[in-house]
Amino acid sequence: MNDQTTQLILDSLGPLLRATVTTTIPLTIISFVLGLVLALGVALMRLSSVPVVSSLARIYVSLVRGTPLLLQLFIIYYGLPALGVRFDPFPAAVVAFTLNVGGYAAEVIRSAILSVPKGQWEAASTVGMGYVTTLRRVVLPQAVRTAIPPLSNTLISLVKDTSLASTIQVTELLRVAQEAAAPTYEFFALYGVAAVYYWVVCLVLSFVQSRLEERQNRYVAT
Amino acid sequence: MTEPTTPLTTAEPAVLQPGPLVSVSGLAKSFGDHEVLRSIDFEVDPGSVTVLIGPSGSGKTTVLRSLNALDVADAGVVRIGEVEVDFARRPVTKQEVATLRAQSGMVFQSHHLFPHLTVLENVTAGPVLAQRRDRSEVAGEARELLRLVGLEEKADAYPYQLSGGQQQRVGIARALAIRPKLMLFDEPTSALDPELVGEVLVVMKNLAAQGWTMVVVTHEIRFAQQVADQVLFMDGGVIVERGTPDEVLTRPRTERARQFLHRILDPLD
Ligand SMILES: Nc1ncnc2c1ncn2[C@@H]1O[C@H](COP(=O)(O)OP(=O)(O)OP(=O)(O)O)[C@@H](O)[C@H]1O
Ligand SMILES: [Mg+2]
Repeated sequence: MNDQTTQLILDSLGPLLRATVTTTIPLTIISFVLGLVLALGVALMRLSSVPVVSSLARIYVSLVRGTPLLLQLFIIYYGLPALGVRFDPFPAAVVAFTLNVGGYAAEVIRSAILSVPKGQWEAASTVGMGYVTTLRRVVLPQAVRTAIPPLSNTLISLVKDTSLASTIQVTELLRVAQEAAAPTYEFFALYGVAAVYYWVVCLVLSFVQSRLEERQNRYVAT
Repeated sequence: MTEPTTPLTTAEPAVLQPGPLVSVSGLAKSFGDHEVLRSIDFEVDPGSVTVLIGPSGSGKTTVLRSLNALDVADAGVVRIGEVEVDFARRPVTKQEVATLRAQSGMVFQSHHLFPHLTVLENVTAGPVLAQRRDRSEVAGEARELLRLVGLEEKADAYPYQLSGGQQQRVGIARALAIRPKLMLFDEPTSALDPELVGEVLVVMKNLAAQGWTMVVVTHEIRFAQQVADQVLFMDGGVIVERGTPDEVLTRPRTERARQFLHRILDPLD
């Protein structure tokens, strides 16, 4: 590695870090949180005894899982303006990733809810709790235990998937690396730095995941 | 283990009114083609203990679960105190189900304690989370209930840290905490190691002595003999025999009841 390359790498560390902190991470967190809220709604719809409601949810999940994320992103950013709906790059990415997480996490949450024994619903009901209270106070707190590992996978995938937003002008980590590399042809060096940044973010998340799992195990025999 | 102590103020049964507290008539229930209950009638006097016995699959659990509408009967009327639900009249509304269910406390065979809550939180769950009563006021009451079942020092433990007998006693305290008119027990000792059965039965005996109205499904014949005011023997979804423990358990009239009692008292014969 010559001095010029080294200098380029050093010069890129700051801007790439800034892109990570100001764009990649917020995009991930906002989309994930909104996506989880959506996913909970979709999961409850899937579990509904009203056929129309559960079918709607099923179709939604199927659409999200059966089409490429890149295409979903393009439809929202390039396609929707045809219908008069126009988003800036960042909001477009948030919408696309939220809808995507909503579909994948819905299945995770649904099966986590189903993993809580029926007796818990019945016991809650015999002490007077209704549907919402039972869900909030009894079922979801137990479902979380089951859901944490798969939801962590969803989150870690999302971190990496945000790189797709580079294709719709979002100046996130990958795009900043691309822009820095283009004039110099130092693709290997700059993409290497970007890879390390993604990797570090994912490492941190894995660490947080294992801490959360430990915390969840406080009320079960291990 | 602490021995459960005797009567306490908060766990007092509701004031008794004249006439039966519970009336069940014409109760019928099928699961698909399978007729599980056929025309079940019985009454429970306030302050009395009714024991349901019978072979596996005879419908005992379904009767109990119909009393609080965990199973919604196809026909029949259930009345507890002033609350009456006619299951033949459709639809039975959620509100009706909730009101009926609030009349009784239920103790399950496999306790169904909330594993993520401490013992104290399990007991306060009904009053605080459902009845929206004041948390600090309820906590005091809950501790008294835990003393009643001999578990005050386990208030901060999680259910998995308790023995089966202790878990079942927490289940009893949790059910009492909603101040029900009636206590329902579905084979509360069947899942327990033999040496843990006694501590649960002692608590139940104390409740009976305090004047609680109880309906108990159990295979503990000695408990029935000592505590029951009325024994119902079920087979094939009907009540085949009914009467005092002496009548049904000592001098059964039907061959079915005789055989059943023989089977559980002398399993090797
Ligand atoms: N949810 C259900 N779906 C279908 N069949 C059921 C259901 N619950 C109970 N049954 C059937 O109804 C019959 C009566 O069941 P129930 O649990 O009331 O009997 P039980 O007297 O309590 O028996 P055990 O002593 O084994 O607990 C059984 O044949 C059982 O298989
Ligand atoms: Mg049963």
